[in-house]
Amino acid sequence: MNLAAATNESLAEMSNVLVYSSMAVYTLAFLAHIAEWVLGSRSKVGRTAAALTAPAQAPAVRVRQRDGGTAVLDKPKVVTRSAAGARDVPDGPGAAGGDEKGDLYGRIAVSLTTLAFLVEAAGVVARALSVQRAPWGNMYEFSLTFSTVAVGAYLAFLLAGKNVRWMGLLLVTTVLLDLGIATTWLYTDSDQLVPALHSYWLWIHVSTAIFCGAVFYLGAVATLLYLFRDAYENKLAQGGTPGGFARSVLERLPAAATLDKFAYRVNAAVFPLWTFTIIAGAIWAGDAWGRYWGWDAKEVWSFITWVAYAAYLHARATAGWKGRKAAYVALIAFACWLFNYYGVNIFVNSLHSYAGV
Amino acid sequence: MSKTDTTERDMAEAGEQLSTAPVEDLGAGGGPTLGAIGWVRWFWRQLTSMRVALILLFLLSLGAIPGSLIPQNSVDDLKVRSFKEQHDVLAPIYDRLQLFDVYSSVWFSAIYILLFVSLIGCIVPRTWQFTRQLRGRPPAAPKRLTRLPAYTTWRTEAAPEEVRKAALALLGKRRFRAHTTGDAVAAEKGYLREVGNLVFHVALIVMLVAFAVGQLFKSEGGKLIVEGGGFSNTLTQYDDFKSGSLFSTDELAPFSFKLNRFTGTYETGGPQRGTPRTFEADVTYSTGDGVRKKSVIRVNEPLEIDGSKVYLISHGYAPVVTVKDGKGRQVFHGAVPLLPIDNNITSTGVIKVMDGYRDKTGKKVQLGFPAFFVPTYAGKGQGQMFSQFPGLVFPALNLSAYQGDLRVDGGLPQNVYQLDTSKMKPFKDAGGQIFKKTLIPGETMTLPGGAGSITFEKEIKEWASFQISQQPGNGLALAGAVAAIAGLAGSLFIQRRRVWVRAVRGDASTGGLTVVEMAGLGRSESAKLPEELADLAAALHSVAPTAPEADEADERAEK
Ligand code: HEM
Repeated sequence: MNLAAATNESLAEMSNVLVYSSMAVYTLAFLAHIAEWVLGSRSKVGRTAAALTAPAQAPAVRVRQRDGGTAVLDKPKVVTRSAAGARDVPDGPGAAGGDEKGDLYGRIAVSLTTLAFLVEAAGVVARALSVQRAPWGNMYEFSLTFSTVAVGAYLAFLLAGKNVRWMGLLLVTTVLLDLGIATTWLYTDSDQLVPALHSYWLWIHVSTAIFCGAVFYLGAVATLLYLFRDAYENKLAQGGTPGGFARSVLERLPAAATLDKFAYRVNAAVFPLWTFTIIAGAIWAGDAWGRYWGWDAKEVWSFITWVAYAAYLHARATAGWKGRKAAYVALIAFACWLFNYYGVNIFVNSLHSYAGV
Repeated sequence: MSKTDTTERDMAEAGEQLSTAPVEDLGAGGGPTLGAIGWVRWFWRQLTSMRVALILLFLLSLGAIPGSLIPQNSVDDLKVRSFKEQHDVLAPIYDRLQLFDVYSSVWFSAIYILLFVSLIGCIVPRTWQFTRQLRGRPPAAPKRLTRLPAYTTWRTEAAPEEVRKAALALLGKRRFRAHTTGDAVAAEKGYLREVGNLVFHVALIVMLVAFAVGQLFKSEGGKLIVEGGGFSNTLTQYDDFKSGSLFSTDELAPFSFKLNRFTGTYETGGPQRGTPRTFEADVTYSTGDGVRKKSVIRVNEPLEIDGSKVYLISHGYAPVVTVKDGKGRQVFHGAVPLLPIDNNITSTGVIKVMDGYRDKTGKKVQLGFPAFFVPTYAGKGQGQMFSQFPGLVFPALNLSAYQGDLRVDGGLPQNVYQLDTSKMKPFKDAGGQIFKKTLIPGETMTLPGGAGSITFEKEIKEWASFQISQQPGNGLALAGAVAAIAGLAGSLFIQRRRVWVRAVRGDASTGGLTVVEMAGLGRSESAKLPEELADLAAALHSVAPTAPEADEADERAEK
């Protein structure tokens, strides 16, 4: 009995060491990203301006031909363009801006992020093992898992060949922030759960909740950058001269349309899962408290978040609400998620009293 | 009409009816001029527009906020009462605005009722429109396919009719709905998206109805039972009871159950010492039709009997005590449930002897013993009466004693766990202090002046409190929820898209070859659309391969 308790304590300690180590590695990744952005600023690319000022052209499709006598019947080439009304702007070249050294640093940053992610994930697992339960019992543990999942999702996008490296710096910065808050203010010793939380619904409901939040976060980052980039493109399209920051930093981001599309896909993909999370929570509440919906603060804010994201999806299908306005709605929706996560636990009295701040 | 105008209209037609979203007429600013009916129609059009639905969604989330910040009657009425005591300026204003009952307030109800009226007003026409679309055919190809989001073209020696025929067959095989109009094949796929979307919106209504039914017909009550005690499901047996406005008591399912034993186990060592491990209530229940069964109720595992659910809510100890009068006659014997006040189950309560006791003069009086109970006592002189551990390791009971009138017959609702000392006098010790003693099991406290005694028996019982609730509509709500998620997934993951294949005999500049053009259009932009088009193009290309360049062909002809 005591022996088991002792191993548990050492596992808990190991978890803390792993978390601190991951913070150190994230810091290195942060520095590498900075180097990537700094070196990338040496190249001056004005592709956006060029695209916006050039006269609109019909897509040039080269008619395929047989070369020589050998018939090469490869696929006809498909050209794409934005839907009617949208700007046709190429994506920026990325943080490295085509600079080779910058690109190298970018790759180093991604490798370091991967390493930090693995270390952090090990920290979460060690924490779980030390208490023999799901590592989602208090806010420290949520914050830990939250950033792990966010980084994991980002790396998964990279692995799938998606163009998401532009968000690396911002992501790593906020992950450091999240971990800093977690280890200083939210830290709680590893501890058991009260019987009310002993349920397989904990695994289902809480894991999906954290996952949704983490991926919504990536969506929110893209939305925020979309707003900046869109303003930049608007200014260019109206013949204005954006400031040096915009020309250096925003120019390297993907086109506003690309960012917007990315944010939409992420949010739309997560929305059904968020719906499921709320329903799973309701079923659990039905089992634990005898009512599946009781307007408890946490329930209210989950509902508000859900309605806000539904409003975002609607806004995108409503004339006059597409684009920037819908983006504001998406940011409000994510703010609701954040408030539900931090605000309700800290400021509001709720049955979900596991907060353990 | 300029050329761009025609192209725009052409494009609009190509994308028409690619969803059943209501058409937005942003231009229509002012109201109608058609009198009452016109106004009604205008109002209805506004209410069922996407914009108003959006605004109502906003209002719904805004309206839900105060309920999470201000105490709610439906959640915790004690907190509401203390809030009212602390804020005598704000409270009446809040009361007037129904801010203590946000979710049943007139204004909150108005928002969601409007939203759901709007939803119904939106679903019905959309369903009609969708069935019409299902019976209709995809629209003809726009004149300038190059304007579409995905486009490809090549020239072939195959005849245009052949290409169209091949395209029709190909698209049909890929489960597009395809038909030939004029010089092009028009095809469409992904109607399930619309089905999913409609299912989702209908499921929202189903869930609302289920919720309303649940609220109106629900019943919910609490009952505290000491080991060995029982409960039968009638109104009088409840400690407290709440029900929906359409509930009638004959809907209470006829069942009863008995608490045989309650078991709580706790971590005994390590940093988690005292943390609860298991809570289990062993019960025997019998249903209306006479079936008797044993079962175990745990915290997350309610017992379901005839549509009612019995939840284990909390637990505590009920020390067994025996009270005797001055003559040694037993006037009370039983287990007295005490309420826990901390995690280690330090408990308080009152042992009340209502009748049977006479003092020395033979006068009937009532006795009250305020009690402190700890399952694990720190030991004499070791701090206060606070339990060190939630399990029964070293139980101790601290008592003082009062005599007089308990005022339980006064008609005032009185908390059984508190002592109203307004008509009672404490027993005093020799020093004039309130008489008080800490007992361990088996010990007896003798009241001063030969007034009798109270014995803390060796047997200590546990009690458990249960919530018995009955809420019809849960199954319907769950079905609605599942349908909502499925519908949502269909609506968000399925692409509704159109593909056109145009094949025409080219003019002299193409050397009389057939020009094939393919283009795709989706409801929302998707990375898949160009991929799919490329795939289709490749398949068609294998039937109608690219012809050699015109001049190349000329060269060959010359040779
Ligand atoms: C009350 C009137 C409502 C109207 C007129 C309406 C209309 C629509 C329409 C036309 C779409 C299809 C948009 C598209 O194809 O992209 C849609 C999608 C959707 N609606 Fe509603 N809806 C209403 C109420 C609601 C409510 C109450 C909710 C839930 C809170 C909701 C949630 C959604 C969601 C999540 C989508 C998917 C968006 C997407 O496909 O991108 N709707 N709604």
